Amino acid sequence: MDLLEYQGKQLLARHGIPVPAGRVAGTSQDAAAAANAIGYPCAIKAQVQIGGRGKLGGIKIANDELQAREYASAILGMDIRGLTVHEVWVEGASQIAAEYYASIVFDRAAKAPLVLLSTRGGMDIEQVAAESPEAIASLHVDPLLGFQPYHGRRLAYAAGVDADVARAIGSFLAALYETFVAEEAMLVEVNPLVITPEREVRALDAKVTLDDNALYRHPENASLRDLSSEDPQERMAKERHLTYVKLDGDIGILGNGAGLVMSTLDVVAQHGGAPANFLDAGGGAKADAITAAVEVILSNTKVRAVLFNIFGGITRCDEVARGLIEAFEQIKPSVPFVVRLDGTNGAEGRALLEAAELPNVHAAATMDEAAERVVELAR
Amino acid sequence: MSVIVDGATRLCVSGITGREGTFHTLNNRTYGTQVVAGVTPGKGGQDVEGIPVFDTFREAVAASEANTAMVFVPPAFAADSILEAADAGITTIIAITEGIPAHDELRVFTQLRRLDAVRLIGPNCPGVLSPGKANVGIIPAAFFSEGNVGVVSRSGTLTYQVGNELAQRGLGNSSIVGIGGDPVPGSSFVDIIALFEADPETELIVMAGEIGGRAEEDAAEYISAHVTKPVVAYIAGFTAPPGKTMGHAGAIVSGSQGTAAAKAAALEAHGVKVGRTPTEVADLVTEIAGK
Repeated sequence: MDLLEYQGKQLLARHGIPVPAGRVAGTSQDAAAAANAIGYPCAIKAQVQIGGRGKLGGIKIANDELQAREYASAILGMDIRGLTVHEVWVEGASQIAAEYYASIVFDRAAKAPLVLLSTRGGMDIEQVAAESPEAIASLHVDPLLGFQPYHGRRLAYAAGVDADVARAIGSFLAALYETFVAEEAMLVEVNPLVITPEREVRALDAKVTLDDNALYRHPENASLRDLSSEDPQERMAKERHLTYVKLDGDIGILGNGAGLVMSTLDVVAQHGGAPANFLDAGGGAKADAITAAVEVILSNTKVRAVLFNIFGGITRCDEVARGLIEAFEQIKPSVPFVVRLDGTNGAEGRALLEAAELPNVHAAATMDEAAERVVELAR
Repeated sequence: MSVIVDGATRLCVSGITGREGTFHTLNNRTYGTQVVAGVTPGKGGQDVEGIPVFDTFREAVAASEANTAMVFVPPAFAADSILEAADAGITTIIAITEGIPAHDELRVFTQLRRLDAVRLIGPNCPGVLSPGKANVGIIPAAFFSEGNVGVVSRSGTLTYQVGNELAQRGLGNSSIVGIGGDPVPGSSFVDIIALFEADPETELIVMAGEIGGRAEEDAAEYISAHVTKPVVAYIAGFTAPPGKTMGHAGAIVSGSQGTAAAKAAALEAHGVKVGRTPTEVADLVTEIAGK
C-alpha cells in the first residue's frame, strides 16, 4: 500500500523524525483555516502519489489567507496525470540551506534492507544513480542485527554531508530504519531531506510503501485511505475479497492463479486485444466467488467481452461453471463471454455450461483459441 | 532420481489438523508420500487418520525421524513454524502458506542462510511433486507423468498449464518445483536449476518466471555460466502496469525494475529459449526433446 505524503510524514513523526507541522484539508476553507493556524508563509501541497507534482502546479507557497484560499481552491479537484486531487497538505514553509536524499528499500535481490544517502536531494534519484552513482552512499543491513550507529556514521561520511550535521543525519537514518522495521514498510524515502539555516534536519517529503501482508498487525495503517487513487471497481473487488487490478482495455479477464491470469493478459494482448482488468479468482474458488467476480468485471462499462481462463488445480471447473450460470441468472450480461475450462472436473464443468445454453457464451478448448475468439468478439 | 522430494521423504505437516492441512496431507499420502507426523500445538497425542500429531516439531522429529516439513498454518504463525522446523533438525521445509509478512520472510531467510543445511521452498507456493515418487503440497498430480523434464516456477496454475501441455505431448517430469510468488522466496530459480543440473534423470529444464525482482536475470547469468542442459523459459506479465501488485505479493514492476521484457531479454541474451505463450514453451520443449 502506497501512502500519501502527509500519511507518510505522520508515520515518520511517530518514530521521532522531525517533519514540518501541518494539517490536511479537503476544502479551500479548511485549507485557509489550517494556514492561519500554522502561520505564513506556508506550503499548500496536492496529495497524490505522483512524483514531480510541484512542476505540474501541485505545490504553491501562500503568504496570506487570501493566497492560501486561492491556491487551495485551484489545487483541489486538479487532475495530475490522471489522478484527481481530493486533499491538500498545508505546512509551514521551510527555509532550506541544503537538500539531501535518504531512503530504505526492501532489497529483494540482496534479501536485506538497503539504506541510501546522498547530498543530491530534491531531484529524481534514479537520474542521480544513472549519472553519478558515486554520489549515493549505500549499505545493506543484516535484518537480524539491525541498524547500528556506525552504519549512520559510515553513510554520512561516505556521502559527504556537511560535517556539522553528520551526527544528526546518522540519528535521522536510525529513526528512518526504526520506522521501516516497526511499520513493516517496503520503502521509506525522504526526498528532500533538508538542512535548515539553523542547521536542523527535517523530512520535507515522504514516500512510504507498506507491506499489504503485514497490515493485519497495523490496523491504524490499514485504515489509511487515498481517495485520489481509489477506483470504484478495485474497491468493489476488495470488499468481495477478490484480487483485481483495473487496466485500460475493454476485455474483461477472469482466471485462477496470479501467474495464469498474467499469462492470459499477455496472450490476449498478443492477439491484438486490450485487457480491461486482472482478476484472480484464487485457488479453490467457489461458485459464489465467481458470481461476485462477474459483477465486478461487468461494473466496468468499458468491457465489451469477457474471457474466463481456468485451469483447475484445487479450483474445480464445475464450481466455476455453476458460478457463471448463477451470474447469468442474476446479472443477465449483454456482452459475449468466452470460456475455457480445463483441469480438475473440466468435463463436468463444460457439460454444465453446454446444458445451460447461456446466451452468447462461447466455449474454447485452449487458452490460445480462447484469446483469439474473445479479441474477435470485442471488436 | 528427482529433486527435493522422493521415496526417502519422511514428511511432518505443520497445521495438519486444519481443514486444508488435513485434506492435502491425506492427498499427499494417497499419492505415496510417507507422511510420518503432524504438528499442532495443543493437539499432541491425537492422530489424523493414523498420522500421529505432536505439540512440537522436536517431539515429532524424535518420534518419527521426519526429514521434511510442510507448513500449512495461517500467515501469522508460518514464520515461527518454519523456524521451529529448522531448529528441530528438519532439512527440507516446504511452506505453502500465502500472505506471510515480508519482514518475517526476511528474518527467516537470514536465519536459515546462517544454518546453511536447511532448504526452504516457498512460501506462497504449491509445493514439490516428483511424479511416481512423492508429492508434498497442493500440486494436482494427475496432470503430470514421470519423465525427464524438470520444471521450476513462481506460479502454481501456470505450472499446471505448462505441465499438462507437456503431458499431452508425451513428456513427463523428473520434478515440478513451485518456488512461490513472494518477495523473499526461500529458494531461487538458481538454487533449483542447480539441483536439476546435478540430477541425472533431468534432461531438460523449464523455468516459468514473472514480473518483479531480478531472480530471472540472476538465473540467466547462472545458466550461461554453469548449466549444460537445455533450458526453456516463460515469463508472465508483459502487460502488467508499473506499481501494481499482480496477485502475487512479489509480482510488481517497481519503476523500471522487474519488467517481463527485461527478464525475457536477459534470458535470451544468455542463450535461453523463451516461449511467448505456455503452448509455445511446450512446443520448444518438444522440439528439443526430439519428440
